Amino acid sequence: MKFPYGDKVLEHFKNPQNVGKIEDPDGKAIVGSPACGDMVAVYLKVDEKEHRITDIKFESYGCASNIATGSIITELAKGKTIEEAKQISWKDASEALGGLPKIKAHCSVLAVEGLREAINNYEEKHGLIKEKKPTTVDEVKRRLKNVMNPLTGLDVVRGNLITDVKVEEGTVSIWVDLPENHIFASNIQEEIKERIETLWDVKKVELHFNPSTA
Amino acid sequence: MPEIIYMDNAASTRLDERVLEAMRPYFFESYAVATSEFGHSMGIEAKETLEKARSSLANTLGISPEELVLTSGDTESSNLAIKGVALSLGDKKGKHIVTSKIEDFPVLNSVKAMERYGYKATYLPVDREGILDLGELERSITKETILVSIQHSNQEIGTVQDIAALGKLCHEKGALFHVDATHTYRRLGIDLAKLPVDLMTFSAHTIHGPKGIGGLFVRKGTPLGKWMDGGFQEFNLRAGLENIPAAVGFAKAAELVTSEENERLASIRDKLITRLLDEVPETTLNGHRSKRIPQNANITFHYVEGESITLHLDMRGIEVSTGSACFSRSLEASHVIMGIGGNHERAHGSIRYSLGRFNRMEEVEVVVAAMKEVIFRLREISPLRKEEKT
Repeated sequence: MKFPYGDKVLEHFKNPQNVGKIEDPDGKAIVGSPACGDMVAVYLKVDEKEHRITDIKFESYGCASNIATGSIITELAKGKTIEEAKQISWKDASEALGGLPKIKAHCSVLAVEGLREAINNYEEKHGLIKEKKPTTVDEVKRRLKNVMNPLTGLDVVRGNLITDVKVEEGTVSIWVDLPENHIFASNIQEEIKERIETLWDVKKVELHFNPSTA
Repeated sequence: MPEIIYMDNAASTRLDERVLEAMRPYFFESYAVATSEFGHSMGIEAKETLEKARSSLANTLGISPEELVLTSGDTESSNLAIKGVALSLGDKKGKHIVTSKIEDFPVLNSVKAMERYGYKATYLPVDREGILDLGELERSITKETILVSIQHSNQEIGTVQDIAALGKLCHEKGALFHVDATHTYRRLGIDLAKLPVDLMTFSAHTIHGPKGIGGLFVRKGTPLGKWMDGGFQEFNLRAGLENIPAAVGFAKAAELVTSEENERLASIRDKLITRLLDEVPETTLNGHRSKRIPQNANITFHYVEGESITLHLDMRGIEVSTGSACFSRSLEASHVIMGIGGNHERAHGSIRYSLGRFNRMEEVEVVVAAMKEVIFRLREISPLRKEEKT
């Protein structure tokens, strides 16, 4: 039989390591690929003294190279300090997997992004971000570009799922063009909140769903 | 190494051994080029063989042999139909072609190509089950419309169109009607003596015939220009050496498909659909429940991605295909699933099972068991999976 991937990729695809969620994670991120619609979630447990990653798990809504990269990247990051883990690149992951097809770069690079975002999330939650700029609408939108709408395969900003954003005295209001009872509404809500709530000057995130799209 | 369960017959089929046997003499004994009646004896014999194959194919369709142009396959047939009509009519009529959004690439991209030559095109929408609306078609045809090209059944979701009604409408409004019957020839009854169709595309490789041969039905009097230039073969509509062994194989393959076989495939299909929808939670059938070719099932498994599914199945010896963007060379989600009002997520987890002669009812059990296991595993690692979702 001839498979489209090398043995190492197949091994991690068949038996992915560090799969699942971490309850009450110290850092978390969900990132998505506008190119093919894949998504990856990364969860971290970090030792607060040394900022060392003691546990890491991932979830994937993606293709084989996406799953394999999630597996290898969590293996590579486990036990490293967050500073060390930030340095892990797509190239490192690809090399550790014995090479990945070029066309699959965008879906495998996602896991790397997920790891970096999760570390960033940890740093924000623990006040480790040194530069404290006031949150702007642009910053909120930049972060929302990493929230995927699985229905369109586009991020929620490019896919026009977010119709408006306001930032006022620590409250971020976001208008979402989905009915509240939509199958992915709670998913998207959770993700949006997680990305915005960690900003140092944000006290509250309010989501406004659109009942007329039901 | 597990025994292979091949359910990708819409892509191509295994050659039936009887077809190969029928073809064999035309490689080693009667290998001459078909000549005119004044050629050498081997050439005359070759010509007779070719015409016998053509007659036999024509008989399956209720047409006369002169109405069947043999080509290299469905891609060429649809190219010839669409470009040939445009070439023949030139400036005599308008420059408008109508097709649907869910056509297969030979038709879709031939129409797109004609747009580059100054033609206007309308890509009609279909409903959520893939059915084209007669009203939509009626509104789309104008005085400028030279040709309407609609598939008999869809390559991915298997939905069958009412070509009799569509053709009638085209003719009432003065447009020619081309039908891509790549996935229905010999699987559904097609009587061209009765159907209001001017051009129809066929292929041998979808019915256990050889690859590299197909046909285009051209109703007598239909304007069709030649665009493959060379000799005067195929009623001077398609130049190139006739592929006699393949023509013989095509005729044999067509002969071997029986209505019993089609009924058997339909019962495998029904069992596969029913069991997968019943036993795997969070699934959606793509296509129409009953207006469907006997050899197609297409199901979306939500919250998981198709390439991951097909690779897991491949490792278990089960060969299927998916409409996921990750699986395609273009990295675009299936235009068919998107065309039936599906979204990216629905295409992402869609799996097509296409059946053929060598599939057996017992395979359903193996496939369903594998699907349950693979989908469960992939949902375990999916961030979209909701807790306690059943």
